[in-house]
Amino acid sequence: MTPLLQVRDLVKHYTTAGLFRAGARPVRAVDGVSFEVGHGETLGLVGESGCGKSSVGRTIIRLQEPTSGEARFDGVDVFGLDRTALRRLRRRMQIIFQDPYGSLNPRMTIGAAVAEGIEIHRLAAGAEIGRRVGALLEEVGLDPAYGRRYPHEFSGGQRQRIGIARALAVEPSFIVCDEPVSALDVSVQAQVLNLLSDLQRDRGLSYLFIAHDLAVVRQIAQRVAVMYLGRIVESGPTEALLSAPRHPYTVALLSAVPEPDPTRRRARIVLSGELPSPSDPPPGCPFHTRCFHPARDERCRSEAPILRAVGATTAACHYAESTPAAEAPGRDA
Amino acid sequence: MAWRTPRGRAGLVFLGFVAGLALLGPALLPDPFRQFDLLELASTPPSAEHPFGTDQLSRDVLSRVVSGARISLSVAALAVTLSLTLGAAVGLVAGYWGGAVDAALMRLVDGALAVPRLFLLLLVLAVPERVPLIILILIIGTTGWFTTSRLVRAETLRLREESFVRAAEALGASRRRIIFRHLLVNTAGPLLVAATLGVGDVILLEAGLSFLGLGVQPPAPSWGGMIMDARPVLEAAPWVGIFPGIAITLTVLATNLVGDALRDALDPRGA
Amino acid sequence: MTRVLDVRDLRISFPVSGGRLHPVDGVSFSLDRGETLALVGESGCGKSLTSLALLRLVPEPGRIDAGSVIQLGDTDVLALRGEALRRIRGKRIGMIFQDPMTSLNPVFTVGDQIAEGVLAHLPVSKAEAWERARGLLDEVGISDSAARLRAYPHQLSGGMRQRVMIAIALSAEPEILVADEPTTALDVTVQAQILEVLDDLRRRRGMAVLLITHDLGIVAGRADRVAVMYAGQIVEEARTGDLFARPSHPYTQGLFASVPRITGPVTRLTPIRGTVPPPTAWPSGCRFRPRCPQAFDKSELPPELMTVGEGHRMRCWLAEGDGPIGMASVLPSHPERSEGGIP
Repeated sequence: MTPLLQVRDLVKHYTTAGLFRAGARPVRAVDGVSFEVGHGETLGLVGESGCGKSSVGRTIIRLQEPTSGEARFDGVDVFGLDRTALRRLRRRMQIIFQDPYGSLNPRMTIGAAVAEGIEIHRLAAGAEIGRRVGALLEEVGLDPAYGRRYPHEFSGGQRQRIGIARALAVEPSFIVCDEPVSALDVSVQAQVLNLLSDLQRDRGLSYLFIAHDLAVVRQIAQRVAVMYLGRIVESGPTEALLSAPRHPYTVALLSAVPEPDPTRRRARIVLSGELPSPSDPPPGCPFHTRCFHPARDERCRSEAPILRAVGATTAACHYAESTPAAEAPGRDA
Repeated sequence: MAWRTPRGRAGLVFLGFVAGLALLGPALLPDPFRQFDLLELASTPPSAEHPFGTDQLSRDVLSRVVSGARISLSVAALAVTLSLTLGAAVGLVAGYWGGAVDAALMRLVDGALAVPRLFLLLLVLAVPERVPLIILILIIGTTGWFTTSRLVRAETLRLREESFVRAAEALGASRRRIIFRHLLVNTAGPLLVAATLGVGDVILLEAGLSFLGLGVQPPAPSWGGMIMDARPVLEAAPWVGIFPGIAITLTVLATNLVGDALRDALDPRGA
Repeated sequence: MTRVLDVRDLRISFPVSGGRLHPVDGVSFSLDRGETLALVGESGCGKSLTSLALLRLVPEPGRIDAGSVIQLGDTDVLALRGEALRRIRGKRIGMIFQDPMTSLNPVFTVGDQIAEGVLAHLPVSKAEAWERARGLLDEVGISDSAARLRAYPHQLSGGMRQRVMIAIALSAEPEILVADEPTTALDVTVQAQILEVLDDLRRRRGMAVLLITHDLGIVAGRADRVAVMYAGQIVEEARTGDLFARPSHPYTQGLFASVPRITGPVTRLTPIRGTVPPPTAWPSGCRFRPRCPQAFDKSELPPELMTVGEGHRMRCWLAEGDGPIGMASVLPSHPERSEGGIP
């Protein structure tokens, strides 16, 4: 079966050109990213701030126009669609945002917000709209009577549920989840993660789950892609990637995850140096300026590694076979 | 909203009173054009019969101030409505479309703002012999939206980045829908404030123009025109100019009070 | 162990129509020299307000109620006025905040801002202050410190700025460092660096650290003791190892069950039902009662902190049972799909 979404060589550069800034270097937010998302699957897209993961999410549903590349959704060329065709496609691709406070129009009732997609795509009329909105609110675990209230009356977790109901209203098959739980309290975060899992099971949804927290991604994604400076540096099945990471950056990221278990102290790899500017990425391997791989050499500084299969994952590292493991489970570092 | 503070309440009460007078007053008071004493054209000081006195044509000043309210307020209301509509439209379009549309519109506004408004008005109004009231309103309205458009554009630029606008785009909402349902309603606060402050501005502007003889034409009473008419007799009969002056001051003060109260009530994102 | 800070019965109140709210309601804890105490809780539990109270920085119209005690060594902080109060801020208790982006003044160089802190509290010349500033940058792990002193905040990354904030907090050599969510705004790899710096400074300087966080993961490797806050009160406190081995309060257990893990089998999370209530909606009796899977009739009464093990106390009537309560005996199980809580 062909995947639901196929992305090839996606590039998104932001130019800051202006009258007085001609010749400024573009910010290479996304610099040649390829991945697939299968039917009913969750792909976790992980990376630190500025790695380009949110730009990927926004570009593939064309909230932003790509600089180049290709995206096929169910066989349709997403980047080639005109406005009318794009609006039709929006029924099938949706997005959930991070900020539960900015994601709802403060002057619109919850019911109106959830009904908006139904009205735009004329999926129902008259009393049927209200009935559907009620059912959607119920599906995300809210009282249908809340429909008449305004956003400021709700907590962060409840707003996030409302945002999910709004996305579901047009019956999409694919949802970009852009850091949907990172602004929420721990206890509420777990509620929303469970809700997203349940919805995936009940509705057969596919997710592109963008996050900075590997533990959260592990909870929900079958596959993971790790981004660094606009590129995917490693991807693979979640458990394989987390148990035997092949790219040194993945190893460092994994070792930095704080785990609530003092008996499982792992060796922390503290990366040296600073994240290079995405408008001036280093030549060769983008990670070479901070890499700790014992085999790193001149080749890393000059030749950009390509993604290749190493063990159970694909990694973009010349020396992926000999990447040291940080983890020594159960042993004190 | 403006009702919440005592100063806002005072402003609203006074404006309501003036508007009521403007609507009903002329029916209760003597005809402002009527000259009481055709033989002796002389102004008389305030008395029981004429609480604000009479002017040099022996017309009742109170009647004229009340009729003037009708003209001054309707000029203000209509001109402000016009300039707010234009300002909101230009600001929303420039802010949401962005790019070349934005650049073109904003350069236009920059250019317009560089020309003093009074100079522009003088230029237009000084040419024809008589300017009909409707033209006066149109001209004041179409020269008053520049700052409003900037205000709305800035607010639109901020809102455009909010997730709820992105969510609406992702749902496939049309530009029209986004502008009316998501952007306009959220700029209503600053617009309302601009409106009340604009009313004060326009009343003063119309008074100034009429004072220069370029605004509302005699014999129709407008507050500015009345002060201008009073100029020759101001020493002998100060009441002829003072009462319309007080009317202008109090009305402008009241609209500013309401505007300030609205601004306080709407910020920070109260409601 | 030298006791450096003693907080007893801290109550902070805010006026509301028809009375006063107590977002911090009877908090007691102490801090020894060289020790890290973590104050853990979700948003609105009162942990940040508690830390501000230590410096008497509770925002208006909030007020520290009579009967509260903040004893800093032999200084009664709540009795201080004016100049004396200013002298403890920075000099005896340093503070760093969550957002390193807005905590620095954009128009002054890093050197100016650190030297300012030094000059405000120590009798040194301007040149000496700059020299100290350079030393502080070295100490917080900023390389090329001489050049960095002349940098403006916008030229630094988030992690760098937080290091500068730590350097400023250290400038007057305080006995206590209060770190309010110091790494929440930072990426995980940077977070690891900053925590490393804090730990290192604590060891070398013998400072006491009050670490305020919502993240149990940060606490695990860094704190000696943990106090868990819920709805303005400490609901459980213990040595870190004991708390993680035997979380006893149903709220603490709920927090643990809510956190996704990076190791071990992936199982469905068991969140706490409902949402954190605002201070206006705190229930009578046990404040966790409406969300508690183990609430029983006695929960209608407000529980006190009760001992469940050595140095391990919790605010729950279940503590009256026999012996310490292990996690295994009371694993929470409850439906969470419907959130319920009325906004």
